[in-house]
Amino acid sequence: MSADWKGAIDCDAHPHVPNIDALKRHMNDYWSETVDVRGITAFDSVAYPPNAPITMRPDWRADKSRGRARADSDAGRAAAALMDRHGFAHSILNCLYAVQLIRDEHMAAAFCRAVNDWVSAEWLDRDPRYRASIVLPLQNPELAVEEIERCASDKRFVQVLALAMGEHPLGKSHFWPVWKAAEKHGLAIGIHAGSSYHHATTGSGWPSYYLEDYAAQSLAFHTQLGSFIAEGVFVKFPKLKLVLIESGVTWIGPYLWRLSKFWRGVRLEVPWIDRSPIEFVRDHVRLTIQPFDAPASGETVGRLMDQLQSDQMLLFASDFPHWQFDNDDMLPVGIDATLRKKILIDNPLATYPRLGGSHAA
Amino acid sequence: MTRHVVARAADLPPGTRKRVSVENRDIVVLNIKGELFALSDKCPHKGASLCGGLLTGLVRSTTPGEYQYDRAGEILRCPWHQWEFDVRTGRSYCDPRRLRLMQFPVAIEAGANVVEGPYKAETFNVTVEDDYIVLDVP
Amino acid sequence: MPLDDPMGPAITTDNGKGSAAPNRLAVIDGDIHPAVRSMADFKPYLSKRWWDHYETYGMRRKHGSANGEPYPKSAPLACRRDAWPEEGGRPGSSLRLMQEQHLDAYGIEAGILGPLGNTGQGEMNLELSAAMCSATNDWQRDTFTRPEKRLKAGLVVPYEDGVASAKEIERCGGDTDFGQVFLLTRSAEPLGNRRYWPIYEAAERYNLPIGFHVFGTSGHPVSGAGWPSYYIEEGAGHSTSCQTVVTSLVIEGVFEHFPKLKVVMIEGGFAWAPALAFRLDKIFERMRNEVPHLKRRPSEYIRDHVYFTTQPMEEPDDRRHVLDIMSWIGWDKLLFASDYPHWDFDDPFRAFPAGVTTEQHRRICAENGKSVFRLN
Repeated sequence: MSADWKGAIDCDAHPHVPNIDALKRHMNDYWSETVDVRGITAFDSVAYPPNAPITMRPDWRADKSRGRARADSDAGRAAAALMDRHGFAHSILNCLYAVQLIRDEHMAAAFCRAVNDWVSAEWLDRDPRYRASIVLPLQNPELAVEEIERCASDKRFVQVLALAMGEHPLGKSHFWPVWKAAEKHGLAIGIHAGSSYHHATTGSGWPSYYLEDYAAQSLAFHTQLGSFIAEGVFVKFPKLKLVLIESGVTWIGPYLWRLSKFWRGVRLEVPWIDRSPIEFVRDHVRLTIQPFDAPASGETVGRLMDQLQSDQMLLFASDFPHWQFDNDDMLPVGIDATLRKKILIDNPLATYPRLGGSHAA
Repeated sequence: MTRHVVARAADLPPGTRKRVSVENRDIVVLNIKGELFALSDKCPHKGASLCGGLLTGLVRSTTPGEYQYDRAGEILRCPWHQWEFDVRTGRSYCDPRRLRLMQFPVAIEAGANVVEGPYKAETFNVTVEDDYIVLDVP
Repeated sequence: MPLDDPMGPAITTDNGKGSAAPNRLAVIDGDIHPAVRSMADFKPYLSKRWWDHYETYGMRRKHGSANGEPYPKSAPLACRRDAWPEEGGRPGSSLRLMQEQHLDAYGIEAGILGPLGNTGQGEMNLELSAAMCSATNDWQRDTFTRPEKRLKAGLVVPYEDGVASAKEIERCGGDTDFGQVFLLTRSAEPLGNRRYWPIYEAAERYNLPIGFHVFGTSGHPVSGAGWPSYYIEEGAGHSTSCQTVVTSLVIEGVFEHFPKLKVVMIEGGFAWAPALAFRLDKIFERMRNEVPHLKRRPSEYIRDHVYFTTQPMEEPDDRRHVLDIMSWIGWDKLLFASDYPHWDFDDPFRAFPAGVTTEQHRRICAENGKSVFRLN
């Protein structure tokens, strides 16, 4: 165990639903039978093609010759790879089972219930260090609120989860009942890379290559951040924390310069934004640090960090099992010990009240 | 402090503005509903002449969807980047501490006083019959 | 009461007003927007068939609005308040005012035009699109570039039809009055897609760079995350459409196929470029086997082929941040652009922060443009 990581809070790890039967066990009779009658085998997303390199680090992949399943399909193996090996205090589980692909909002709600109950039974119950996000059927905000209310009494859920690309930008008032429920229960809002694929992944249509699809994820985060700010979500719900997960991080400074400059000229259309957007971001927005889009140069990383003008915005994340780093190089180079401690421990505690940190609201 | 006669009062009726150059400063003089304001004409952002800007009201809000609108015509918007300046304080909305316009005392004086007093009127002759707009420029 | 300038002192306090000093910088402006006084200005350049069609059905772009914009701007026609011609017509429609207020005032040696509005680009009827683009090109030449040699036209093409676009480049590309081929960043498919390659092939042949200007109507939500509500979101989000263009051109292999092609990203700012290049390099490192047609890292293609106009200049609180970005992109790849007569105008002598050296300023404002635009 490397002492360097002791007590760290890993804000992004992904449990894998192994098959439809795992979810059927958490469905009522109607939905369980429907899965069979209609021949539903899975909702997996092309956001992470199973065999694409980035989807899983080679040493975490299944190895048939050794009779080994993929590391993210078993709570015990994942705990060994993360919390046991490195001494993390917690890993926060963001299940990316693609409930967002579903067009039928009732089916989406049924799958969300099943996924959340599966996470609870197969992961949270298996190791007390795990925490998790509530997967939401944002196809219908009322159903999403119901799901929050259903799960919120379990304090191991510390966040609600949305994808970077859905039907509408997430700051729109359409979603406010969901954010209101999250605020009420002290749950952060996590937006993770990924898409519902209900429309094109770029403003100019569908790209040809997966590589472009993954690159485009960071662009959707620009939109989501602009949406949360311009719509006044943080004015309406001042206790909310928004966590941008797997966004790439280094896009945010330049985008905020644009947004803040525009604000100076066009704030008349959004007068509730009564201070620079950058200030809202410092108060409310956090980013997980894997991946961190920068070259392996301490000097460049340092300059990029300086753009954030805050040591409170970054949260440690392994992004397990995605292949963002090799060995134990879980942080970008060039981060000093003080900032490192904030990223690993202090900032996550301040972001997630349900982790019970001293900063909790 | 020198007092400068910059216009005949009759030439700057309510709803008009005028750009004047005094002591190497460009100054915009505005008549808003009969009240006079004199401010630096150069936008502290990128130097546009504010004389060409629009006067609007002030909109504020405490919550999304609320628009509290008042002070019609008292906010001068830069003709380029639309930054807002309060004609009463010279301060910008977006960065009131750092970005502001210098203000100059401005008043209407009777021609009789102007003819006698220590005023500078560089561009035209003053007469006792008319009223004049007088700026104090340090 | 001293007035603070949050960006620090500019390169020179001269704001461009008044007469040009004898050894002043001869500025190249990468983005000037000419406008028609009214659509009747296009009539002489359209066949009766297309003028009648226009009069009957109007233009139909993929945003549903018959006139006006779905995201109303912060000023009428998004223009500077001081750029409306006394003689009437829209800002940008008076060559006289453009000369006085802009070309003469700032010592512009060469200005590259980028026509927007009803130019036919993004029009759903592809034949009308082609006819309007041709009309726009002929009108630019007669109205602006023939009377004013400092101006170079932007060759607009009906870019959703690659073959028709190549034909239009064939028609106009030999005329030295054209300084670039002009496209918009929002397109029906990402612009590196093969359907657009005839444009790049023709442009490369005529030694014309491709200017990708923000805006356009793609038929898709402006973002992969859907339609935002406000102009501030749309406006700030233009940098994302630029990133989509650069990503697509690089990853689809456009620069492998057209090694002499140069492209200019216009009016989306530039500060986003390093983070994008870092991101693409990282992903490429992991998944290069998906794109074996790429022989080099994405950042290398960007470094060799992509230029960035600086407007609207990013203005972080700490100017060192934007200086870092400029040095990462390369002082040889940044091009001054004013966006005259639009509201988010940049002044060549005040746009750049302290810390940009006189030599760097000269390269951005006067030198780099010569190596990319076809200025002859």
